[in-house]
Amino acid sequence: MKRVVITGQGTINALGTNVPETLEAMREGKCGIGPLEIRDVDRLAIQIGGQVKGYDPDSEFNRQQIALYDRFTQFTLLSAREAIAQSGLSFEGDLAARSGVVLGNSGGGMNTLDDNYRTVYEDGKNRVHPFVVPKLMNNAAASHVSMEFNLKGPTFTVATACASSNHAMGQAFYFIRSGMAEVMITGGSEAMLCFGGVKAWEGLRVMSKDACRPFSANRNGMVQGEGAAIFVFEEYEHAKARGAEIIAEVIGFAMTSDAADIVMPSKQNAARTMTLAMKDARIRPEEVGYINAHGTGTAANDKTECAAVADALGHHANDLMISSTKSMHGHLIGGTGAVELLACTMALKDGIVAPTIGYEEPDPECALDVVPNVAREARVDVVLSNAFAFGGLNAVLALRRV
Amino acid sequence: MAESVKDQVIAIIAEQAVLEPGDVKLDSTLEDLGIDSLGLVESIFAIEEAFDISVPFNANEPEQSEFDISSVAAIITAVEGLVAEQSGS
Repeated sequence: MKRVVITGQGTINALGTNVPETLEAMREGKCGIGPLEIRDVDRLAIQIGGQVKGYDPDSEFNRQQIALYDRFTQFTLLSAREAIAQSGLSFEGDLAARSGVVLGNSGGGMNTLDDNYRTVYEDGKNRVHPFVVPKLMNNAAASHVSMEFNLKGPTFTVATACASSNHAMGQAFYFIRSGMAEVMITGGSEAMLCFGGVKAWEGLRVMSKDACRPFSANRNGMVQGEGAAIFVFEEYEHAKARGAEIIAEVIGFAMTSDAADIVMPSKQNAARTMTLAMKDARIRPEEVGYINAHGTGTAANDKTECAAVADALGHHANDLMISSTKSMHGHLIGGTGAVELLACTMALKDGIVAPTIGYEEPDPECALDVVPNVAREARVDVVLSNAFAFGGLNAVLALRRV
Repeated sequence: MAESVKDQVIAIIAEQAVLEPGDVKLDSTLEDLGIDSLGLVESIFAIEEAFDISVPFNANEPEQSEFDISSVAAIITAVEGLVAEQSGS
């Protein structure tokens, strides 16, 4: 089996327009959640989100590109440019043929859908722009990355709600580990902060009107975010031979299904997935220094996840750190695992563990070290990154310091 | 003649619980009736639509919501209050 390392990372999200800004915000425990600036926000019951602000598509893309790139594709391309530039790779000949793109995304071009439904239903028009379909399809981002960087290997999009990015990165890891691919561009994106996207979530009555406070006894729900994070996964010998800077090693992955309930999480299966990821990575629970939690800030997720961590890691659960960065950037749904992986690589590479901000009151059902409010310096050798999606789909990654 | 709030709420809960309205007792809890968290948010949605009201309810803190869901009778009282408060708005 081949070893898999990360040689590039890029992002745009509510905390920053690139990786350095995002990591600085995570170190500072900055909150990217604020009042939504979207059309018809006055008709929403939930008016906050982790929105990317001060971003001007016209300064990044030309008119022809914007006609084809939904906001989730724009976020993906900006992140991919940063990640691939850092890796120093260019894709020609055999390397291009053996390199692909697998991305996580849940909603596809939600802004494109919203805008065009308005056109036909609200404005009563009978004509839409010819590019609506290629713009909104949720593989559009993966395809545009493949086109911009000449990636001709396996390329597709994974949609497993809140676990999409973890599932995608797990596939990228498998492709390289098995020898099917040399380099995979992976991660995910989401741009669901439009009227229809927020209105749909409102219906479930699990959203907070004021803040995302994971693990805190007074938590009152999740807050949506938007953005992307993209990583360059590369076969270790290939990276070493060209003298690439290695950010971290991906050492294991596991995925399971609860086969039980469409929205309620399962402690038993969350624990089983973490155990399988550790087994795949050939590590013992005692080696895990940090877990990036799914940590949505809902009553149901956080207590279930903490109980699952206690089950999967045993006594060591009390000695490790676990935090939810959703408190800062919000829940990016299909893109969330990717942005959260940045907190994992920061812990491994820089020895800084991102905090769970907004933490106000201890909850006896979440009695772990959740790194409340302030980032912490610590040497971390192994991390897990959890994602437990609606639909009962679980995906956990394991990474190691290099 | 218009149905009373009580009868309409009971009809909504009965439909969600797959019971006859006559089998929904005023002192029943939603749990007694086999209504889970998804069934609850669906019932609240049906109540909002039936009475054209907005029900303040967050599934993360049901006990802190102004909307009392502790029994069928409590829900009827809460809906009557909201209808009185929000009618004509």
